[in-house]
Amino acid sequence: MIRPGRITTLLVIWFVMVASLPAVALDTDENSDDSLFPELPIEVHGFYETRSGYRLRKDKYEKDMSIMEDRLQLDLSSYPDWGDLKVKGDVFGDLVTEEVDFDLREANVFVSPLDFMDLKVGRQILTWGTGDLIFINDLFPKDWQSFFIGRDTEYLKAPSDALKVSLFGDWANLDIVYTPQFDPDRFINGRRLSYWNSNLGRLAGEDAIIHTDKPNGWFKDSELAARLYKNINNYEFALYGYRGYWKSPGGQNIAMSQAIFPDLNVYGASVRGAIGKGIGNLEVGYYESADDLSGKNALIDNSQMRYLVGYTQEIGRDFTAGLQYYVEQMLDFSRYKSNLTSGPARDRDRHLITLRLTKLLMNQNLRCSLFTYFSPSDKDVHIRPNINYKLNDNLALEVGGNIFFGDYPNTFFGQFRNNTNVYVGLRYSF
Amino acid sequence: MRLILTVVFILGFSLPLFAADEPNSTREIPDVQTIVNKANIVAYYQGKDGKAKVKMTITNKKGQKRERQFIILRKDVEDGGDQKYFVYFQKPADVRKMVFMVHKHTDPKKDDDRWLYLPALSLVRRIAAGDKRTSFVGSDFLYEDISGRSLAEDTHELIKTTDKLFVIKNVPKQPDTVEFNYFNVSIDRKTYVPMKMEFYDKKNKLYRIIESKKVEKIQDFHTVVKSVVSNLKTGSKTEMEFSNVKYNINLKDIFTERYLHRPPREAIR
Repeated sequence: MIRPGRITTLLVIWFVMVASLPAVALDTDENSDDSLFPELPIEVHGFYETRSGYRLRKDKYEKDMSIMEDRLQLDLSSYPDWGDLKVKGDVFGDLVTEEVDFDLREANVFVSPLDFMDLKVGRQILTWGTGDLIFINDLFPKDWQSFFIGRDTEYLKAPSDALKVSLFGDWANLDIVYTPQFDPDRFINGRRLSYWNSNLGRLAGEDAIIHTDKPNGWFKDSELAARLYKNINNYEFALYGYRGYWKSPGGQNIAMSQAIFPDLNVYGASVRGAIGKGIGNLEVGYYESADDLSGKNALIDNSQMRYLVGYTQEIGRDFTAGLQYYVEQMLDFSRYKSNLTSGPARDRDRHLITLRLTKLLMNQNLRCSLFTYFSPSDKDVHIRPNINYKLNDNLALEVGGNIFFGDYPNTFFGQFRNNTNVYVGLRYSF
Repeated sequence: MRLILTVVFILGFSLPLFAADEPNSTREIPDVQTIVNKANIVAYYQGKDGKAKVKMTITNKKGQKRERQFIILRKDVEDGGDQKYFVYFQKPADVRKMVFMVHKHTDPKKDDDRWLYLPALSLVRRIAAGDKRTSFVGSDFLYEDISGRSLAEDTHELIKTTDKLFVIKNVPKQPDTVEFNYFNVSIDRKTYVPMKMEFYDKKNKLYRIIESKKVEKIQDFHTVVKSVVSNLKTGSKTEMEFSNVKYNINLKDIFTERYLHRPPREAIR
């Protein structure tokens, strides 16, 4: 594996920093109790990974390599009496972008100031909702780029800089997440992955990177998400609300040739629980495109209804299958269609079926999984095969792919057909 | 007369033997249901709750070893009945901080509720009720060995009583749902600790053995602190060692989504 020289330097700095932390902790061992950090032991874990992937189809807008990166993740945690501390970050160098990057994934403090209250403040990964790789009421940032180039699924979740307040009561529980500055998705912008550019009316990539006008003000351009939930006989009921912005660009400013993130409010509900031998889930959401409530503005996404129903069951020994059906319905379709200025119109309803098959073999050391998205309305497919073998307790070898098919170049998965790739990764966890 | 003398002689001679054996022989042999009930409580329901650190070493027939380490927290809803388990993984590194939570139901008609928490995604996943006779975390122990097989699933017969042990034969009421034909459990007469379980396959051939290798008395509860399961078919074996065992720790109801996101202190320390 070739590696830019800078990585080595960074790694050394990083290692020295980390190595010195536990030493510092040990030094404070005999401190008096009035210190905030009396004998604070720090757990240091993480992994080192190397991952390479190539495109299977020629893409004139992107490089042949889809991923070529070395990555070190360090995960530091500590549990003083008053709370939990956590810092987790990745240093990685990639030959596709020819850059070395640092991605701080978590840096947060968790406290339980009251019996019925938890607080988590700082950079954190947030998830809720019932879908499997389909999100309706989970409006926390996603990293679609990582998802499609073959990084571990962990990276589909991008971090939020937020305050999470959780209240627990006898009749229900409430989570409130306040993000003072809008955290958008790491969306497909032409870098690394080619996409359908509706303005150009063709596929594009590095030649037409999407520039955005992102709501950027602290406290002014904030997001608020809430979940009210209750478990009744192990049936999990939840109501959701969100006030913020389309997480990936949901419109454009033609004059500035910029993609924009219009206002978005979401109201939804879900239920999940045992049905027969398996687990069933149901989730709905109303996406209110608040900057264009009437749907007149062709440059801003329509309001939508989103529906999801899913079922997972063990169908054999260490063999599970999960099926989901999802519909995305535009609410002002006729206005959208009459105002459409260029390009082919999309359908009013987007139907999507997903199937997940997971089989464990060789004492569960070999995991074979296949996740497939198939849209009968868009006539496109995204297949995610993955085989992961644990060579021993520390070392795992992984092979997988991101396969795209589509009848049309402008549909959700169809636009990515030239990004079809396979990858191989080796990870040492410690 | 000679006959009477002989009888008297034999009786007389044997009386001291009986007397010497008295603690065992006069101790009443309980009926089989009482034995299995008591053994079930000793094996899975000691105290009203408890915690332990568990280290598993899986050795395959080639001698390659894999390790698992986790903290297990348990709380009984009802003695001999429903229970809640919270399993917090510490090793290997790739599953660190993962949590496996079970609400176990002893009613054979009701499946257990199971959750898995994946920390990197901050994701609470509901797991479909599975075949309980599949491997627990890739070891030779099965889910059912860890949380206990419901007594209602089998018929029980006391087939042998020795000085030290009761041997109970257990035959499944629904043989199609399991891979064994029957299994024998040897239960210590004094402590009611199950010392050995022997599983016989559909051809009545012994193929799987679970042995209690070390029993300690912890807070007045007889506790298996080391057990080994051997799979005679695959040549693989798994050793399970318990440490930091504590009973009646007054666990709150930590078996909820709240504590998946943030494991309770009992699970960390």
